[in-house]
Amino acid sequence: MMDLNTIWFLLVGVLIIGYAILDGFDLGVGVLHLFARTDQERRIHLNAIGPVWDGNEVWLLTGGGALFAAFPVVYATVFSGYYLALMLLLAALIFRAVSMEFRSKVESSRWRGFWDWAFGLGSLLPAVLFGVAFGNILRGVPVDAQHMWTGSFLGLLNPYAILIGVLSLCLFTMHGAIYLAMKTEGELRDRVAAWIPKSWMATMGLYLLATIATIFVSSFLFAGMLKNPLFWVLFLLLLAGALYIPVATKAQKYGRAFIASSLTIACMIGLSALSLFPRLVPSITDLNNSLTIYNASSSQMTLSTMLVIALIGMPLVILYTVVIYRVFKGKVVITGESY
Amino acid sequence: MDAVLLARLQFALTVGFHFLFPPVTIGLAWLLVVVELLGWRKKDEIYVRVGAFFAKILGLTFAVGVATGIVMEFQFGTNWAQYSKFVGDIFGAPLAAEGVFAFFLESGFLGLYLFGRNRVSKGVHWFSCLMVAVGATISAFWIIVANSWQQTPAGFVVRNGRAELTSFSEAVFNPSTVIRYLHTVDAALITGAFFMAGIAAYYLLKQREMEFAKRAMRVAVVFGLIVSLLELMPFGHEHARQVAHTQPEKFAAIEGLYANATGAPLVFFAVPTTKPPTLHANIEIPGLLSWLAFGDPAAPIKGINEFPADQTPPLWLTFVSFHNMVVLGIYFILVMAIAAYKLYRKTLWGSHGFLRLLVISIPLPLAACQLGWIAAEVGRQPWIVYKLLRTSEAASITVSAQEILFSIVLFGLIYLCLGVLYIFLFVRKVKHGPAPVGAKEVVA
Repeated sequence: MMDLNTIWFLLVGVLIIGYAILDGFDLGVGVLHLFARTDQERRIHLNAIGPVWDGNEVWLLTGGGALFAAFPVVYATVFSGYYLALMLLLAALIFRAVSMEFRSKVESSRWRGFWDWAFGLGSLLPAVLFGVAFGNILRGVPVDAQHMWTGSFLGLLNPYAILIGVLSLCLFTMHGAIYLAMKTEGELRDRVAAWIPKSWMATMGLYLLATIATIFVSSFLFAGMLKNPLFWVLFLLLLAGALYIPVATKAQKYGRAFIASSLTIACMIGLSALSLFPRLVPSITDLNNSLTIYNASSSQMTLSTMLVIALIGMPLVILYTVVIYRVFKGKVVITGESY
Repeated sequence: MDAVLLARLQFALTVGFHFLFPPVTIGLAWLLVVVELLGWRKKDEIYVRVGAFFAKILGLTFAVGVATGIVMEFQFGTNWAQYSKFVGDIFGAPLAAEGVFAFFLESGFLGLYLFGRNRVSKGVHWFSCLMVAVGATISAFWIIVANSWQQTPAGFVVRNGRAELTSFSEAVFNPSTVIRYLHTVDAALITGAFFMAGIAAYYLLKQREMEFAKRAMRVAVVFGLIVSLLELMPFGHEHARQVAHTQPEKFAAIEGLYANATGAPLVFFAVPTTKPPTLHANIEIPGLLSWLAFGDPAAPIKGINEFPADQTPPLWLTFVSFHNMVVLGIYFILVMAIAAYKLYRKTLWGSHGFLRLLVISIPLPLAACQLGWIAAEVGRQPWIVYKLLRTSEAASITVSAQEILFSIVLFGLIYLCLGVLYIFLFVRKVKHGPAPVGAKEVVA
């Protein structure tokens, strides 16, 4: 039987994966928005994600809340440590959120142009920063024996973390391109679909590079992996998902390609989580100082109370997420209610 | 400058600005539940137009509320790391519960409500509006739970150098949660009512969209009168009684009771000065405060002098914000009562002066919300968790004053822009007016 700390490691992982899959395509659409050509095309971008992006972002908020509740030491140490990076991320997410709503309200090309940039950069910056943050976690962050942060903002921008940042940018761009291909038709779809092979190649190449780099930067992550059956399951699923994306794209089965790229994202994060476990945040100065699911967690009482909340709430969340995606399935139609 | 003071300023800025939007969202959402129901059941096209128009205002307000709310979810960790470590065992749970129970509900159904009018049946569409209102109201519940636990902590024990949960239900339903929740949500409903009434008044003054405006006005005034009355009696009164019983320092500060008194007076108006704390030019009723708070006109109430100086809140700010909030609360009742009377006498549509008053009253409930929040939070000082943890011990140790200053400037500028843009787009939307009757939805 799994202990509560492990269950919460899994649940926080599920929230992060849910966020990466769902808001991942929103961010990808935002990046592609920078390359759109006409106002009509841009409106289709915005309306492809319009009814759902807000719910998708909730996965991030809930992830933050769950992290606070289950592992408050991680929440406090990492967020105060990443202070300036997090402020930039929040500022970017603010611009992304309001740009969609504001853009459609005034029909001047300068106004719309400004919000197009805000939307694009407000998506691109988080797509990179999430990867940079993740890369730093994999690399290990500077915390001492008292779990106090000893690093600096510029220390976060190391080559390894930037590599992971570029990887996440390419991954989300691919994911967003597949989503858009699914939601559009005709010439626009052809142009969007052309992004899929390009971003797929980049993602695969960078993932390979990142894996090799990880061996040098954080060899501890590989300890015992090859003997772990779960590692092989995730690895084979990742391989299957990643290889199926170009196949499905070529056959113009974008729905299937989307499932494959969602699987790819889930397995990439899953593999990282598996290799971190039971650590949540390794310490780069001394691995013994790492924040783990045991030394950084809330009390058993809180973890079990929170589990009840999750067991009641998450089935509801999944239910209405499915319902809402079903209502808005199919190609984008611009109506009077649209952005 | 001192890092703790900067962290407090940063928090006051970000939460104060954020708190301008949720009251509008919650209030308008419930009014839309009424309006959309009337439109759907009565098959009244004009109510449907009222719904569609205010849904746009809701969408705009919601977007800014969500955008500024993201910051809140993370800033306990960024700016208040010591606090987060100390109370994370208790304080994190309501925030997570808010995400699971409220955010998914409201944001999911908001998409359906705003974009799905022609995709789902009328019943499902109304249901999605209801779920937005329910979600927003549940969201308020968990936030008030978290904040009330800071005011009157319960259901915990201090162990392992932190506050650990012993009873979730006691922590959630701590002595101030329920009354503070009712008081706050009702304030949001008042805010929504004044928004709708003020916008309707604008059209009536301009002699535009008369039928549209009359329907919106009727709903807003009936709704607004009920919620304005409830805010004073029982919610405001009961909340003050709760503070008197559980946080006597705060009570003495907001009521301006600087020395012990038996038969303490209720001060309606005074000019407070500090050093020593004194009230001037008082208008007061002797014994009334004792009677209201403890049911006996002669009941003794502790003055601020009874408490150690390092455990009392700032006096001037708490007194002024609390009293101005009360004045505004009474003003809301008067305005809504006059409006209801004029509605009954069928003279409201032509009362130009009064309609103008309704237009300029649109932002006043938001001012009352801010003042009430200042009284509640400044009145809790010097504690971040009452009698448990001082604000001065709660900030992040590893974040420098310069970094906080940077984030104040960053968010100050962004919020200034957002505020200006929100007002610009709001005014533009109102001036532009509701979509013409029978306008074909499909544009492309």
